[in-house]
Amino acid sequence: MMEIGLNHYLVLSTILFAIGLIGVMRRKNLLMLFFATEILLNSVNIGFAAISHYYGDLTGQMFAFFVIAIAASEVAVGLGLLVVWHKKHNNIDLDFMTSMRG
Amino acid sequence: MFEAVAFYLFAFLTIAMFYITVTTSQALYALTALAAGMIFISAFFFILGADFLGAVQIVVYSGAVMALYAFGMMFFDTTRDVKEKQGNKYLVVGLSAITAVLIVVIFSAPIVSNNIAALYPMVEGAGNTQEIGLVLFTKYLVPFEVAAVMLLVAMVAGIVLAGKKMDLSLTLMSEDEIRQIKEDKDKKVTS
Repeated sequence: MMEIGLNHYLVLSTILFAIGLIGVMRRKNLLMLFFATEILLNSVNIGFAAISHYYGDLTGQMFAFFVIAIAASEVAVGLGLLVVWHKKHNNIDLDFMTSMRG
Repeated sequence: MFEAVAFYLFAFLTIAMFYITVTTSQALYALTALAAGMIFISAFFFILGADFLGAVQIVVYSGAVMALYAFGMMFFDTTRDVKEKQGNKYLVVGLSAITAVLIVVIFSAPIVSNNIAALYPMVEGAGNTQEIGLVLFTKYLVPFEVAAVMLLVAMVAGIVLAGKKMDLSLTLMSEDEIRQIKEDKDKKVTS
């Protein structure tokens, strides 16, 4: 119990991923949805770093770096789009964004 | 012993912070809790010996991403309560748990079947930052450059989307058009 192994980190990663998914499913506000996706990416990073440590392999950490880079660019583009939408419609709720309905 | 205490402490703190992030109805609480959770996650990286990753986590997430969100929230009305989707709560929680467990099982299947081997073993006698440099600038050089180009594209996209009058190009306009825009601006200032 006192020895922290790979399974502990994987369980933690699972719990955080589940929290992020709950956020994605129940949030209506698009900004809150972005927060939930950040949680998802971070939980995966913990799993990568833990496997990298316990198998003595650096590939996991490399993947974590690329995940961080992708998260940063996602925030930049997503927030820009969100600002443009908010200026136009004064609302960032998901139910409101139905203009692409067929 | 120390590792176990640190792990459980930070696991509890991270889960609590992220739980606040997904459940609170105040956007500012969610932002603050998310920033705290990011910092607590970097503690796991330090425990796991991935020092460079931990530092990058603090700099990029708690620094750059949180600053971007805080900046973006100035545009939105954050004092209003965030509306939630009305639905079956147990269904949402159950689906999330099942999906998360499935993803972990998919990724840990090679571990269970012992079908995993270290591709780039840690170098003896080198620090974590040095090892990462050795791998990143040899095997992962091309993805690294592609990530750099992607960040550049994201930066340009962010500036164009959030900036004002970015659809106009002063170098492509005639003198008259530029004078017209200037007069409009002056009129706005005086009025």
